[in-house]
Formats: sequence, C-alpha cells, structure tokens
Amino acid sequence: MPRAVIAAAHAWSFPSLKSLAKGERSMCSWDEDVITMAVEAGRDCLQGSQGAIGSVSLASTTAPYDDLNNSVFVSSALQLSETVSGRDLAGSTRVGLTSVIDACLASGTGDRLVIASERRVAKPGSALEMQYGCGAAALTIGVGDDLIAGFLGSESVSVPFFDHFRKADREFDYIWEERWIRDEGVSKLVPRAINALMSSLQLSSERIAWFGLAGGPNGSDKLVAKLLEIAPERVLPDLQAQVGETGAAHSPLLLISALERAKPGDIIVIASFAQGCEVLAFEMLREAPNAGRRGLSGSIANRIEESAYLKLLSFDGHVQLDWGMRTEVDNKTAMTQLYRSSDQILGFVGGRCSACSAVQFPRLPSCVNCGEIDRQIPYPLAGESARIATYTADWLQYSPSPPLYMGLVQFDCGARVLMEIVDVGAGALAVGTALTMAFRIKERDRLRGYDRYFWKAAPAMPASV
Amino acid sequence: MASGIKDKVAIIGMGCSRFGERWDCGTEQLVTEAFVEALKDAGIGKKQIGAAWYGSALDSVNVGNSAIPLSTALRLEGIPVSRVENMCATGTEALRGAVYAVAAGAVDIALAIGAEKLKDTGYGGLPVPSKGTLNNLWIPYGSAPAGFAQLASGYRAKYGISREDLKKAMAHVSWKSHQNGAKNPKAHLRKAVTMETILAAPLIAEPLGIFDCCGVSDGAACAIVTTPEIARALGKRGELVTVKALQLSASAGREMGTDQWDGSYVPNTRMAAAAAYREAGIRNPRKELSALEVHDCFSITELVTMEDLGVSADGQAWRDVLEGVFDGEGEIPCQIDGGLKCFGHPVGASGLRMVYEHYLQLTGRAGSRQLKNPQLGLSHNLGGVPYNGVCAISIVGLESR
Repeated sequence: MPRAVIAAAHAWSFPSLKSLAKGERSMCSWDEDVITMAVEAGRDCLQGSQGAIGSVSLASTTAPYDDLNNSVFVSSALQLSETVSGRDLAGSTRVGLTSVIDACLASGTGDRLVIASERRVAKPGSALEMQYGCGAAALTIGVGDDLIAGFLGSESVSVPFFDHFRKADREFDYIWEERWIRDEGVSKLVPRAINALMSSLQLSSERIAWFGLAGGPNGSDKLVAKLLEIAPERVLPDLQAQVGETGAAHSPLLLISALERAKPGDIIVIASFAQGCEVLAFEMLREAPNAGRRGLSGSIANRIEESAYLKLLSFDGHVQLDWGMRTEVDNKTAMTQLYRSSDQILGFVGGRCSACSAVQFPRLPSCVNCGEIDRQIPYPLAGESARIATYTADWLQYSPSPPLYMGLVQFDCGARVLMEIVDVGAGALAVGTALTMAFRIKERDRLRGYDRYFWKAAPAMPASV
Repeated sequence: MASGIKDKVAIIGMGCSRFGERWDCGTEQLVTEAFVEALKDAGIGKKQIGAAWYGSALDSVNVGNSAIPLSTALRLEGIPVSRVENMCATGTEALRGAVYAVAAGAVDIALAIGAEKLKDTGYGGLPVPSKGTLNNLWIPYGSAPAGFAQLASGYRAKYGISREDLKKAMAHVSWKSHQNGAKNPKAHLRKAVTMETILAAPLIAEPLGIFDCCGVSDGAACAIVTTPEIARALGKRGELVTVKALQLSASAGREMGTDQWDGSYVPNTRMAAAAAYREAGIRNPRKELSALEVHDCFSITELVTMEDLGVSADGQAWRDVLEGVFDGEGEIPCQIDGGLKCFGHPVGASGLRMVYEHYLQLTGRAGSRQLKNPQLGLSHNLGGVPYNGVCAISIVGLESR
C-alpha cells in the first residue's frame, strides 16, 4: 500500500503524516498472519529439502496463539518430520536475530530452520502505521562444506531502554520520543554492541561489507554507519521503500538481503536494536545459489498494489463493516477431525492410488478414479503446478475480501481440487491460468478464538521474477 | 431383470401451494395448503393414505429434522412417515419413495410431499452450508450461484463462445421464464422483464447477474399415488397420468476430483437421463417429450441441461435458446410454469412442483398456459453443484403413451 494512500486518508486530522508519505508498506490480507507468512518463507527457503531439518523455531511478537506452539502449524504445513523440535520465540522485536544466533550456537543433529515472522499492527493515524510492515524470513542453519555464509560471532547488550512496548493485553505499541531513542539509544547502544563484536573478532569496521540495522527510528542505520565510519554504500537498504519495519522479521530479512548481494569474503554485520542491541556477523563463503527461490527481492517484485485504505483497517480489525447475516455461521473446528486429517489439511497431502495411479484430494479409503479400497499412498500437492479448470467470482457469499474467487484447480499431476483463489490483483482469471499454492487462513472461529488454515491457489508469479 | 417403474403407478391427486415470500405461513400452513388440494383432487380421505414421504432439505431454517413435523402438521397417525433429503432433488426423492412403495405392493395409496420455508433466514439466497467436519476444513463454501457459474467458464472455454454471446443466451433463458411465470397465479415472480433489464443487472457470481438466478421461495407441493387398478376402482375416469421413469445419479467425486470433466455439462444429468429414457422407452427426447421442467436454479444450468438431456446437440444449446426452441410457443416448451426462476424454488418442494405442472398439462387443467395435446413431461432436479451433486429425473405421461 502506498503510504500516500494512508496519509491522504488522515489528511483531515493528521496532515503532518504527509511528511512520511514516501514509498509503500507491506500489509497482510485478511487471511494472512504470522503462521501463513512463516510457511511461505519456509517453503521458499527449503525448496523441498525438508528431510535435513531437525529443529524449527518461529520468532515473532505477533504470533496468533499465546498457549499453543505456533511453530507446529508451520512444521506441519511444511511437512517436516514429526520428530523435529519446534519452538516459538517471542518477547521483543530483537528475538528474530536472537533466534539466528541461538541456532548458530546450538549443538545437535540436523539443520535448524529459523523463521521470523511479524504481522505488525499499528493504531490508525499513528506514524507507526506508516512505518510498519508485515513479512517473514527463513534461513537454514547447520554445519558442513556447502555453507553459503559462516557465522563469525555475536554480541548482546541488554539494558532497560524501553523505546516502545506492548503489554500482553494491549493491541498497539506505545512509543517514546524519537529524539531520545536516537540520541540516547541508537547512537550509544548499537555502536557499543558492534564495537564489542568487531573487537572480539579482531576486525576493523572497514572490513564490514554489508551492514544492516533493525529497530529505531528511520535513518538509524545510516546514523550508526556514520558513527562507525561504515561507508554509506555498505549500508543495506532499510526496506522502508517497499516493505516497512517488520519487527522481529526485520533483522533476518536484512540478513537475507545481504546474502542476496554479498560476494565470497564479504563480512556481513546485522544488528537489532531493542532493549539494548543484538548483533551478529557472517562471512560470505560462496554466492547464494538461487535454486528457484523467490527470496526477498522476488517477494518484493511479486507485490500487489493495494490502494483502498479501508482494506487495511478492515483486515487489521480496526473497522467493523456490516458484512451481513451470512457471517453468522459457526466455524467450529472438530479438533479430532483436524488431528486425524492433519497431513491433508495442514500439509496438503493427498493420495496416489497404487492401483490406477490417480492422484487425488482428499485421501479417502477408496480411489476417486478406480474405486479400489485402501490403495492410497500419501502424495503432497503444495509444490505441484496447477491451472484453473473452472472459476467464478462470488459476490454473494461472505468473504472478508470480496469477491470470493473460487474454482476447480487442475494439477498437472492429475489431482483436481475445488479451491479458493487469492491474490488475484488486477489480473484476470481464465480457464488455464497457471496457479501456485499458498497456505492461508480458511475461516476464523470468532466464538472460540481459533483460525482454520488450509491451502488456497494464487495466480503463479510472472516467470521474470 | 428389473422391469422398471413405467406405468406401474398412477398419480391420482396433486396439490401445490402458492410459492413466494410467504411471510404469512410457516411450513405447517404450506404443507396443509398443498395437502388439502391434493386430497380433494384425489377424492380420497386422509385415512386411505398408507404411508407418507416428506421431503425437506434445509432443516436448520425449516421445522427441524425427521418426519415428525409433517406427521404433526397433517396429523398422520399410525402410518409410516419418512423424511428424505437429497438437496435440491429432495422433492423427487419423496415421490420416488411413495411410488416405489406402491409399486412394491407395500401400500395401496402413498403420499409424497415436499416443503421448504426459506424466507425465515432473514437474508436473500440459500443458507450458508456446512458439510461435515472434514469438508469444513478444506472446501471453500461459495454460494450456490458460484457453484453453477463455473459451468459458464467451462462451457465458454470448450466451445469458444464469447462472454457476450453466452450472457445473451442466458438472459433469453430468464426472459422466457419471466414471460411464462407472468401467466401462473401460483408463481413467486409474476412479472415479465426485458432483455435489457436482465443484461444490466448486477453480478452475483461472474458471469451470473441477479436475473440469472432463480427465486428463493417458500412453498410446498404434494402428490398422491396408487396403482392404475386402484385408481380406476376409486372411480378415476379417462386417461390416467402414470409414472414413466424415476432415475437418480449422485456424484462419486470424479467431476470434482479428477481431470475427466471439462466443466461444460453435468455428468449426473446425462447418466440419469439415459437411464430415464431407457426406463420410459424414449428414443428421441426432442420429438417425444411434450414439455420440460428442468432445474433452472441459474440460467446457465438450464442452458447446459438442454444438452445434457439430449434435446440440444452439444455446444448448440445457446443457439437453440436464442432461436426460441424452448420458449412458451417454441418447439419444446421448457418451464411453461415459470420454472424455478419464476414459479420459485422452495428446495424440498421443487421436484414435486415440476411434476404438478406436467400433471396439470396432461389433465388439461393448465389454464392460460395449457399446451396442445401433451403426452409426456420430463422433470429434472439438480442438487448440490454441477461438480458435486445429485440429479433426479422423473418422467410422467398419459397411461396410453
């Protein structure tokens, strides 16, 4: 969403927001949250290499559940082994970088999938609403000969510098004066941590090829670079132009941004400012293989411009529109049913009949094609290519983002599934339109506070990305 | 070898309530309205009914499940009363139960009655569905028009028809039904509309506009059936109206779960129609059928149903429609009573309402819309959606035919 759109909506009350109205920020659709973005980032990172993963962590300050291991949704959707160790990390926007450091320092077998994801929500009319964004980053961390970058070390400063906070029962961040954050916080605490790290690594700041800082007011990264005599061209883009500040996800996103542009031998230093500072350093060992990844640059290129400010308000729950009586349905999920069909629902695993080879979803006792009983072999569909067989745009049924696009999705492997189609943007759908799969919220159970997740189809990204 | 149902059972009485937004009525009043008419028509007393089948589809907004609401409303004491449900094919299911019971010799006289009270929802369209704990987790529950609108995408893709041409043909389908419905005193929508109005209507589910969708109505319809012999013993004179075929086909997942369906037709209709024509001994439906009452829940449904029933060649129904083949004065009138579109669609009653119109036509009691010399009438119900549903077909006709 262009920030000018947000500023224009508030021009009657907060004309000064116009000064922040440059670039655009990322936002979540109604059916996206920390979990769905984490799944998308994880899929892009793994590219099918699920088997090597021994643990998964999900860092966020905005994960949907307080008591429920949010990472289990992610590992199930990614179809990781049921024996992975999964954990949530929360408590501060710097936890994203903490989770990377923890994974680098951890012992144990298997690669560690580290995901940070944030759906940042700000009070309408605030400067934060202009600055915040939503996003997720995923990295695999392990040992071996094929590493892209080597972990050099990390440093922490933990002090009661509370530039912003959000108590458990509060919806929005409370933020202190920007000048104090800049002068007393960023300018002093970040250099302290970075200097300690560089000193322990016996490296001068001139060796820093790529520097990124998450947290603090806009321009904090450039301020710190100046103080440490890091050349301006070595400062990574702060992602304000197209993404916004993504909280716990921001420092890992900066790290990915560095990995996407660094050359072997480059030193990458990423810091996260919050209640002090966390900082780490990597040395680039070889150029990151693209391997069909969308990456940060690809995800930004895949943007859909949204110019309806009311959508942001509605999707974030700040305005209650009159959606009518069709919303008055009970979306209770049978946990018994969810558990026994969890690989199908969360992992989008259908079946392939060992008698006639037909791939199908859902996986029922008898084959949809030949009727043979108990011949279904699990067959994952999330990564399969597909096209539209039939479609419509439904203006009658309730959708938080009308119209509800839906249709029969024909997979090239033979399976066919009736699916919701999302992220249609300005493009038109047609029979034959190429589709890709996305893990999304299917329905919300507002009565009990539970969201159903399932897979939806989206027009495939342009080949040029 | 099964001999089929042809001419084993006669309809001796039918009734149909006025359809529409019956703010004045609950289901109890609607079934009573249809039942009283049917009893009078049959010339029998309530005690002569040996068993009853009650069809209602959407019990969450109706009178609840089981047969008890019917037995209570009509005070049917001490006889078997069953409730059947098969989505929009429910009315035909009720008829099937009653007809089969008579044919089996289990009872002499049976009652089939279907009713739906939809206008207690508080909103337009059908209630939002729920289809069980597993389906709830993955199926996107679009509206009914969204289910059928997908036929338009498949039909257009297969035959290379422009959106404009198909929109025009669909509009003609609705235009014709409004012309017919205007002549029916029991119809929900009794106003003719222009093609321009239809084409300019707001979209409900691309490419269906509001006039491409049928009325959502309250109503009930009812049939009393017995054997031809008992009918005559009861004093019925002249040609009896007999059941020629009753067939049903239900999806088993192939359309929705494999690549073996192109979205341009309804496989269930084709299977049920083939079986029904076999059972009724019909070889050339376009020549032999006098009138069609099809499940025009949406205009595109009626259009492809003409091909599925074999009265239009594949890919040609849109041309036949535009040429007026199915108009009131056309070669084979379709929805002469206004159809679901204008007579209305109280889901559980619709299958029986269709038979009611054929019964009136065959007995020469259709008033200003009476057809000349009708012999055989086909009724067609679709429940669910084209890719996951049921099709019920009944054919009734003069006993001698």
